[in-house]
Amino acid sequence: MNLSKHQLPWKVVQGLLLSAAVVLVVYQQWPGDGPTTGTSDKPGGRPPTTLHYFTWSDYTDKELIRAFEREAGVKVVVDTFGSNEELLAKLQSGAGGYDVVVPSDFMVAIMAKQDLLAELDLSLIPNVRFVFERLQHLPFDPDNRYSIPYLWGTVGIGYDSAVVPVPPDSWEVLWDPRYRRKISMLNDQREVFGVALRTLGHSGNATDPAVIDRAKAKLVRQKDLVKTYTSENYQQLLAYGDVVLAHGWGGTVARAMAERPSIRYVIPKEGATIWADCLVVLKTSSHKDLAMRFINHLLDRDVAARTTERLLFATSNREARALVQAKYRDNPAIYPPDSVLDRLEWTIDVGEAARLYDRAWTEVKLQ
Amino acid sequence: MNSPTRPSDRSECSGEAPASRRPSRLLLPALVWLGLCLVLPLFLMLAISFASRGTYGGVVWTLTLANYANVVDPLYVRIFARSVGLATLTTLLCLALGFPIAYYIARLPPRLQGIWLLLVMIPFWTNFLVRTYAWIFILRAEGLLNTVLAGLGLIGSPVDVLYSETAIVIGLVYGYLPFMILPLYAAVERLPVALVEAAWDLYASRWAVFWRVIVPLTKPGLVAGAILVFIPSVGAFITPDLMGGARTMMIGNLIQHEFLVARDWPFGSAIGLVLMASVLLGVVTYLRAEGPGARPAAGG
Repeated sequence: MNLSKHQLPWKVVQGLLLSAAVVLVVYQQWPGDGPTTGTSDKPGGRPPTTLHYFTWSDYTDKELIRAFEREAGVKVVVDTFGSNEELLAKLQSGAGGYDVVVPSDFMVAIMAKQDLLAELDLSLIPNVRFVFERLQHLPFDPDNRYSIPYLWGTVGIGYDSAVVPVPPDSWEVLWDPRYRRKISMLNDQREVFGVALRTLGHSGNATDPAVIDRAKAKLVRQKDLVKTYTSENYQQLLAYGDVVLAHGWGGTVARAMAERPSIRYVIPKEGATIWADCLVVLKTSSHKDLAMRFINHLLDRDVAARTTERLLFATSNREARALVQAKYRDNPAIYPPDSVLDRLEWTIDVGEAARLYDRAWTEVKLQ
Repeated sequence: MNSPTRPSDRSECSGEAPASRRPSRLLLPALVWLGLCLVLPLFLMLAISFASRGTYGGVVWTLTLANYANVVDPLYVRIFARSVGLATLTTLLCLALGFPIAYYIARLPPRLQGIWLLLVMIPFWTNFLVRTYAWIFILRAEGLLNTVLAGLGLIGSPVDVLYSETAIVIGLVYGYLPFMILPLYAAVERLPVALVEAAWDLYASRWAVFWRVIVPLTKPGLVAGAILVFIPSVGAFITPDLMGGARTMMIGNLIQHEFLVARDWPFGSAIGLVLMASVLLGVVTYLRAEGPGARPAAGG
C-alpha cells in the first residue's frame, strides 16, 4: 500500500538523472562548444567552418566581418560583452567555444596568468609588423606571445565648447561647481579613481591604502556634481546636452562630436590612461589557425582603416592612419597627438590592492 | 467472514493509489526543472559562499566563515537598509496606486474588465530594458516631462529628476505595479458586494467600510501583491543603474559588483543567500502574523 509513496522519490531521482543526461548530451552536441567535446585540432574532427568571435558591444560591424567570411569561406559568429570583468567572468564560468577574444591590456595579463590564452604563431599574422612602434613591446606582453594590440586610445574629457568656453586643461574641471549635475563619469572604479589619483599627483595604479583613501575623499566631494556614472550612454548625454563634461573613452566622444559639433576632447595635463584592446586566441579554440588568419585580416591596412572610420577608434596599424579621412586622422579623440604621449599611463592589474579599490568605490557610491 | 477483509482489499483497488500517483507524475517536469535550475544552483551558491576568493576571481576551496562575517560590515548593512527602504517605499506607492485601479476594474462589467486587464498587462510584451530607456527619455532635462511642464508654464527651469533616488522609485513602481494590481483585482473581484452594502446600511462611515470591511476581506490580495512587489524591488539592479545613474548602490548592484568587478564570488554568494534568507524570514513571519491563515478578527 505504501509502496507508491516510497517509489515516488526514486522516480523523481530517475527523472532528474535522465533530464541531466539529456541536458549534458544536448550541451555537448551544441555547435560552438567544440572545446568541451575534446575534438580540438584533430584533423579528422569537424571542418573548421565556424569561427566564434567575442568582442566589445560597440566593436561590432557586420560589414567588416562579412569581408572575412567571403574571403575565407567561413562563418563568423559574433558575441559581445560590456566589460573586461564580464569577459573574464564568462570565460571562468566555463562559457566555451570562443576562438578570438578582445580583452584590454591589463586583462591580457590576467588571462595569460590564468592560462586561458594560446600562443600566437606570428608567421600566420604578418600584419603584426605594421603595429605602431609605441604599441609594440607593451609591458603586459612584450613579445606579442599571446596578444596583438587592435584598437587603442585614451581616456580623457569630452566637453561642450559652447558651454565650457575655456578649454579645460586639468581634471580639476570635473570638480568645478559651475557644472554641477552636468558631469558624467565612467562607471568604472579604476578609471574614476585614476582621475582622482592623478589630480593628487599620484599614479593611476597606486596601491598605497592612504593614497587610495585620499582619492576616495576627493571623489566623495565630487559626487554631488556628478549627474551619472555611466560607461554606456555618455555619447547621447553629451550629444543631447544633458551633460557638458564627460569622462570617457576618446572614440565614444568622437561619436558624440558627429552628433553635436561643439563637442571637443582634451587629455588633461595631469596625464591620462592609454589603453589597447588586444586580439588573442583562446587556448580552448578548436580553430587556432583560422583564428590567427582572422586576426591578420582585422589588422590588414585597408580593413583597419575602414574599422577606424566606422568605429571611430584608432587601429594599431600605423599605415592605416594615412588611409583614414583627415577629419578622423587629426581628431585627438581618435589618434592622440604626439605631444601627450609621455603623459599617458597604462592601467596595470594591482593584484590584491584591487580590494582597496572595490571597497572605496562602494563607499563613494553609498554617499 | 470474508466481508471484514474486503474493505482493505477494496481500498487498494479503489483507484486511490493511482489517483495519488498520477498528480505527482504530472509534477515531474516542473520538479526536474526546479531541481536543475533552482535547487542545484542554490546548493552550489551555498557551497561557494563558504569558500575563498581567488586573486583573479573563481573560487579557492579553503573553507571559511569570513564571507558571512563580512556581510554584517556596517558599509554593507547600510546598502541592505537602503534597499529595504526603497523597496518598502515602492511597495507602499504600488499599494496606494494599485488599489483604486484594481477596485475600479473589478467593479466594471466583465467585458470591460478583460480590456482593462489587458491594458495592465500590455507593458509585459515589451522588454523591461526598453521600457526603462523610455522613462529616461521622459525624465531627461529636455525630455517629455519637462517639455510638458514648461509648456504649461508650471516650471521655470527643468526639474532634475533623472539619476536620483526619486527616479529609481519611479522606475520600480512603474515596473512592478502590475504585480500589485493583478492579485488585488482577483481579491476585490471575489469581495461580496452585499457585505459592503450591508456596512453602508448599518451606517458605517466611508473610512470604516474601507478599513473594517474591504481591507480585511481583500487581505490575501494585498499580501500577495505586497510580496510580489517587495521581493523584486529589493533585489533590483537595472533600475538603480539606468534610472539612478549608478550614483547609488542597491543590494542587487552590490551582488553584481562582487561577481563581476570585484571577482569575489564567495562574498557575492554569501550576500545573495543572506538576502534570500532575510526576505524569506520576513515573508514567513509576515504571513504568520497577518496572512490569510491568521484570523482577521484577531487583529481587531
